[in-house]
Amino acid sequence: MNTLFDKIWDAHTVRVIDGGSCVLYIDRQYIHEVTSPQAFAGLRRRGIEVFRPQQVTASPDHNIPTLNQHLPIAEPQSAEQVATLMQNCAENKITIFPIGDEHNGIIHVIGPQTGLTQPGMTIVCGDSHTSTHGALGCVAFGIGTSEVEMALASQCILQSKPKSMRINIEGELGKGVYSKDIILYIISKLGTGGGTGHFVEFAGSAIRSLSMEARMTICNMSIEMGARGGMIAPDQTTFDYLKGREFAPQGEEWDAAVERWSQLRSDDDAVFDKEVTFDAADIKPMITYGTNPGMGIAIEEDIPSSESMDSASQSTYRKALAYMGFAEGEKIIGKKVDYVFVGSCTNGRIEDLRAFTNFVKGKRKADNVTAWIVPGSKEVERMAIEEGLRDVLQEAGFELRQPGCSACLAMNEDKIPAGKYCVATSNRNFEGRQGPDSRTMLAGPLVAAAAAVTGVVTDPRELM
Amino acid sequence: MITEIMRNKFTTLCSTVVPLPIENIDTDQIIPARFLKATTREGFGENLFRDWRFDKEGNPKEEFVMNSPKYKGQILVAGKNFGCGSSREHAAWAIEGAGFRAVVSSFFADIFRNNALNNGLLPVVVSEEMLAAIFNAAKVDPSAQLMIDLPAQTIELVGSDYKETFEIAPYKKECLMNGYDDVDFLVSIRSEIEAFEQK
Repeated sequence: MNTLFDKIWDAHTVRVIDGGSCVLYIDRQYIHEVTSPQAFAGLRRRGIEVFRPQQVTASPDHNIPTLNQHLPIAEPQSAEQVATLMQNCAENKITIFPIGDEHNGIIHVIGPQTGLTQPGMTIVCGDSHTSTHGALGCVAFGIGTSEVEMALASQCILQSKPKSMRINIEGELGKGVYSKDIILYIISKLGTGGGTGHFVEFAGSAIRSLSMEARMTICNMSIEMGARGGMIAPDQTTFDYLKGREFAPQGEEWDAAVERWSQLRSDDDAVFDKEVTFDAADIKPMITYGTNPGMGIAIEEDIPSSESMDSASQSTYRKALAYMGFAEGEKIIGKKVDYVFVGSCTNGRIEDLRAFTNFVKGKRKADNVTAWIVPGSKEVERMAIEEGLRDVLQEAGFELRQPGCSACLAMNEDKIPAGKYCVATSNRNFEGRQGPDSRTMLAGPLVAAAAAVTGVVTDPRELM
Repeated sequence: MITEIMRNKFTTLCSTVVPLPIENIDTDQIIPARFLKATTREGFGENLFRDWRFDKEGNPKEEFVMNSPKYKGQILVAGKNFGCGSSREHAAWAIEGAGFRAVVSSFFADIFRNNALNNGLLPVVVSEEMLAAIFNAAKVDPSAQLMIDLPAQTIELVGSDYKETFEIAPYKKECLMNGYDDVDFLVSIRSEIEAFEQK
């Protein structure tokens, strides 16, 4: 009567120490330039070597420019962070995919894409969106830099076991509704703290019907409801996705792996600490109007009123709307859009670029909109060019940039100016997330495409 | 096996508070991403709550509590779901770097809580009722104090009936009280980890 999460977690528990802290063995660790330098410095100070360098993979992604990647990074601090990562990896014999390398990209895009991420694994990275990898049926979650140091030093971290939660989405999705809408809908219902303390399994017929990449979008944002991570039991979709990928098992090993992975599911009588079920038919194309990912509505709805909230929540809510320049009861449709950002570990994969491109094909970018289309990896960029997506985008007035985290958190040059509105396919609409005083509306690739061609928030179903 | 990496030990703390009655304070507010480019742990305190604390020219915003001469102290008190969002440990470094030893809220995001504990910064969960009482007490009288007793796992609003116990994993409590950290412990059991790998 175990959950999928229990099975993987328990199989990786080296020891439980008093009071329930677990020494958890980590199969794979991903690192990037922002949250790892202090961990390597810690190891040096202690005189310790990396314990299992072959289980660690690095890719610079947060800081890197998305234009002219063949040139040195202009911003000195970013350049230093990336150089530090290169050096730390070289000194410790850790595989790194440098800028421009055919494998380079956002670490959460390249893990699954290369087959490094596999069902049943435990995976950590100093990045909260590590939950993305859970889509392949692993226990993957974000950690802090002290924990990065622990994992480098011992291939283990100390962690209390989270509670379990299952979210079921049953039924058929409506027209124009994609995985980003599902996860924004869930977070709007459960709130940004609705999953805190829990590890979530997503299940139900609507989830099963999703492609592998669509599942990644859902697991990616499980952290936005506070969950420790999200996961989906591996099935034929998972195996078909992984088969033949560079670092996936090959030949006889592949067959044995599929046999093993096929056992990875929650028992029929498994009991979750928390379980909720939603009807897929209730989900519409979603967009956010506030300053946390839980502040989302169906695109056709009005911005909610704060009347029924308690006073503490009410003041926080009003502060958020004031920041956004919106009022309670207003329509979100028709709001002016200055920027459109398509990319990030949430929606920077090839299916996202295809969906966006198909929508804008034969249409024209609105003159008032600046659009940044950023592939999640070098491989996604290559496919977009080979499939002709870049040409279609260009004809419609859009430019395909080079891979990186880009305007999701604006650590590189891709910053939304103060006061401007951006419809973004990324994961966070926090104050200043895309640049000081920037205003973010989160949505999926289709809502972004509809905004890009009309210059205002538009229901994509009306243009389909 | 304890090395010189030991941190400040935490036993009891009695201090005035810096109240921040806002819910869902995310780590992008605590330390914006553009300040994450350092390769050391030091110096983040200056940019704690940067965009709430300073205007574009870098001048302090008068209305922000950390710029008020009335509110000083080693305990930050914030609305529920504090520290949500990014896993950046820089958030804990910034709070600690600005001189805080404890953060009090009715609810913490998981990763932030771990990051705080790993840096000797004590996250204390109180009831919604007590949180409201602390905010109210600090508003009425900025010299209101909280008394945190880690060995006893209690927090008290000094001079009131509000006294609660709080939870902390026994292992983490021991680490905080003695200034230990997890890397030392994990390295000390490497042979057990190697044996686990062979299974």
